[in-house]
Amino acid sequence: MKSVLKNRLAWPVIALVALLAVNQIFRGDFLSLRMQDGHLYGSIIDIMRNGAPTILIALGMTLVIASRGIDLSVGAVVAIAGAASCAYIAASPEPASPATAAVAVVIAVVAGLVLGVWNGFLVSTIGVQPIIATLVLMTAGRGIAQLITDGQIVSVTNDSYKAIGAGYLFTLPISILITAVVFILAAVLTRRTALGTLIEAVGINPVASRLAGLRARNIIWIVYIFSAFCAAIAGLMISSNVTAADANNAGLYIEMDAILAVVIGGTSLAGGRYSLVGTVVGAFIIQTLTTTVYTLGIPPEVTLVFKALVVLTVCLLQAPKARNLLRNLKPASPLRTKEKVAV
Amino acid sequence: MAAHVVQNLPRAATARINTEKISRMNELAPVVEMTGIAIGFPGVKALDDVSFRLFPGEVHALMGENGAGKSTLIKALTGVYTIDSGRITVLGQQKNFSTPAESQAAGVSTVYQEVNLCPNLTVEENVLLGREPRRRGSIDWRSVRTRTREVLAQLHLEHVDPGSLLSEHSIAVQQLIAIARSVEVNAKVLVLDEPTSSLDADEVNQLFRVIRDLRDRGVAILFVSHFLEQVYELSDRMTVLRNGKLVGEYMTRELSRMNLISKMIGKDLEVLEELDQASARSQARLAAGAQPFMQAEGLGRKGSVSGVNLSIYPGEVVGLAGLLGAGRTETARLLFGADKSDEGSIKVKGQPLKLRSPRTAIDHGIGFCSEDRKEEGLIGDLTVRDNLVLAMQATKGWARRIPRRVQDELVAEFIETLDIRPANPDALIRNLSGGNQQKVLLARWMVTSPDLLILDEPTRGIDIGAKTQIQKLVNRLASEGMSILFISSELEEVLRLSDRIAIIKDRAMVAEISNDDVSVEDVLTVIAGGAQ
Repeated sequence: MKSVLKNRLAWPVIALVALLAVNQIFRGDFLSLRMQDGHLYGSIIDIMRNGAPTILIALGMTLVIASRGIDLSVGAVVAIAGAASCAYIAASPEPASPATAAVAVVIAVVAGLVLGVWNGFLVSTIGVQPIIATLVLMTAGRGIAQLITDGQIVSVTNDSYKAIGAGYLFTLPISILITAVVFILAAVLTRRTALGTLIEAVGINPVASRLAGLRARNIIWIVYIFSAFCAAIAGLMISSNVTAADANNAGLYIEMDAILAVVIGGTSLAGGRYSLVGTVVGAFIIQTLTTTVYTLGIPPEVTLVFKALVVLTVCLLQAPKARNLLRNLKPASPLRTKEKVAV
Repeated sequence: MAAHVVQNLPRAATARINTEKISRMNELAPVVEMTGIAIGFPGVKALDDVSFRLFPGEVHALMGENGAGKSTLIKALTGVYTIDSGRITVLGQQKNFSTPAESQAAGVSTVYQEVNLCPNLTVEENVLLGREPRRRGSIDWRSVRTRTREVLAQLHLEHVDPGSLLSEHSIAVQQLIAIARSVEVNAKVLVLDEPTSSLDADEVNQLFRVIRDLRDRGVAILFVSHFLEQVYELSDRMTVLRNGKLVGEYMTRELSRMNLISKMIGKDLEVLEELDQASARSQARLAAGAQPFMQAEGLGRKGSVSGVNLSIYPGEVVGLAGLLGAGRTETARLLFGADKSDEGSIKVKGQPLKLRSPRTAIDHGIGFCSEDRKEEGLIGDLTVRDNLVLAMQATKGWARRIPRRVQDELVAEFIETLDIRPANPDALIRNLSGGNQQKVLLARWMVTSPDLLILDEPTRGIDIGAKTQIQKLVNRLASEGMSILFISSELEEVLRLSDRIAIIKDRAMVAEISNDDVSVEDVLTVIAGGAQ
């Protein structure tokens, strides 16, 4: 039991299970799944589908944070990707054809990759601090998105495009499948190659890594490109789900949820060792919390406070200092206080 | 050995030495008396039954190789470490220090190698920090100023403006101001840990004048220095430690330098035997008349070192000697491309090479173990395995991961041959002891089979067992044909291992000598005189 608790994933998983249990207690049918018209329905599926964009972005963010960086621009990339694809579809001669949707997807992904290259360039080549480098795009990006959409909300009517965020395949929402594919891609990319270890090495000790012959520049470039790639896919998902591009509000504050998911998942903001599974669990916790708030009927005014409390608890449980405090409190607390008083 | 020497001092420290000085001292009670001190760390016995005494009005040098237990003993006295057993009395009172503050309150002041003051505060603020004279609750700046002036005057520092920022002054003056701080509290005992390591000759003289003044005023001074000459110039007595044990207490003027060194090193037959191998290697090289693996000509970098002329032949150990801060590490960094040189040239295997980054050097068969293991060597949160294959993986690039099977074989091989403990490839490297960490870092380079391995202080701060193992390893690698540039503060170690010795002084290379019957004093003479 003790060794299980020492695992970095232990507390996030316990928190997630506890949250799901609370929901199940208050709403008996919470964990049940049902089939309807060949589609799988249920609260769990809703949580996964609604959380898909956050999970995607958090996956990219995990690698960035592991390399000692941070990417604040993901929300802006979401907006730009959505704006670019929707603007293309809206302006194309055949706005409803699947081919148009396909080109729109390519445009969004390429836009994301270009933005990732820009972030990576600022951080790895120019040496701008990651928080500042990505702040540039965070603020400028919304402007770029507005330029693309001409300041309007661009609506599109294209069934193929709509399927990305709202469609089903093999009984499951397509957005969940896409997220699963990106997760596997990230896991293979980092753990089947040496990339994961090298990202961690750069994140833990950049000086020693350089002296061991590591070319940190390439590695940092890769993580920012991957992060922007994930954000672009999330941007497609979000705009597809509402069949419109909203330059102002698409992906607003999503970087905060993503960073939170990474931290809850046990990856330190100081860089170094990371856990993709932890990040996914973290993102689920955040999404399940939102659902729990509705299940419990918590008034909307205190929703954010409730969320904050749960997140604080999970983070405290992970902090070594807080854990030591807790451990010391349990068995010998009366004695210890006495000793202190005597001194 | 001199008959006066007292081996294993009796616990009731009544020395039977017939010298005037000692008999005068015997009339005085020691200010500090440490008896049977033992301190252990996991896996290491840092101090084992060590006794030490310090009389008022003397400069007492604590001598020993790195890792002998000098700093541990000091830290026991200054309350940084708590002792496992033994007794410490200060001014006749038994003390059980558990914090530095308690030690300070008992009258023990310490000045460390790195100045432990606040550079962005003024001189007077530093001198009186935490005990500023007050008037009606607020700091009385006028008395702060007068009090500081008085103290500075005692140390011949009249020219220092009490209102100036500490950072405006040289390290030497900052160190004197740190001493001023302890004078201000009227310390009975002053501990100086390597105070001269970053000072030039004039500054050393200034510091020594102050130390002698304080001694004449009855302060007991404990002095630790790597510089033998300074120890002989300044100290009245010395206590020698080796491997955490007491060797003995001696009058400085009765112990010759060579005797001191043999006491510090002890007799290490194993390594002495291998010395023969070293000379055999050297002859083999001469016979072959081979081409040097690496040649540096007039290599230098602005603000770092200049005029480094160095040839390193295959299968040869070249020692790089010089005082701390003389430019040894800087030289190593230039040869590895960790810093870019801006003058001179490097040839590798006869071909000119521009070293732009460590990676260029690695691609040409050069490896470098930094002296700063923690900051520049270890990836602390990764496993032994990841750390061990890191350099090899870096040269392959991220896309071509070294297969797990190959990793397992390599790691198992090196854990076995280098006796790395614990023998667990998946242990986090930060949990290993210093010696084992060093072995993993050596293995990191050995798996890349470099032609030249630059080792900067590879044996610093590690226990004596690991140290001998690493020295043996250096010998073995060289006999297998690897070139080694060996940098160490311990001249004895450099002498034992090297075929040739290059001497760096004042940030320039001053001499290169072949290591045939060269003594520590020979090298020290070069360092002191700078003559060929």
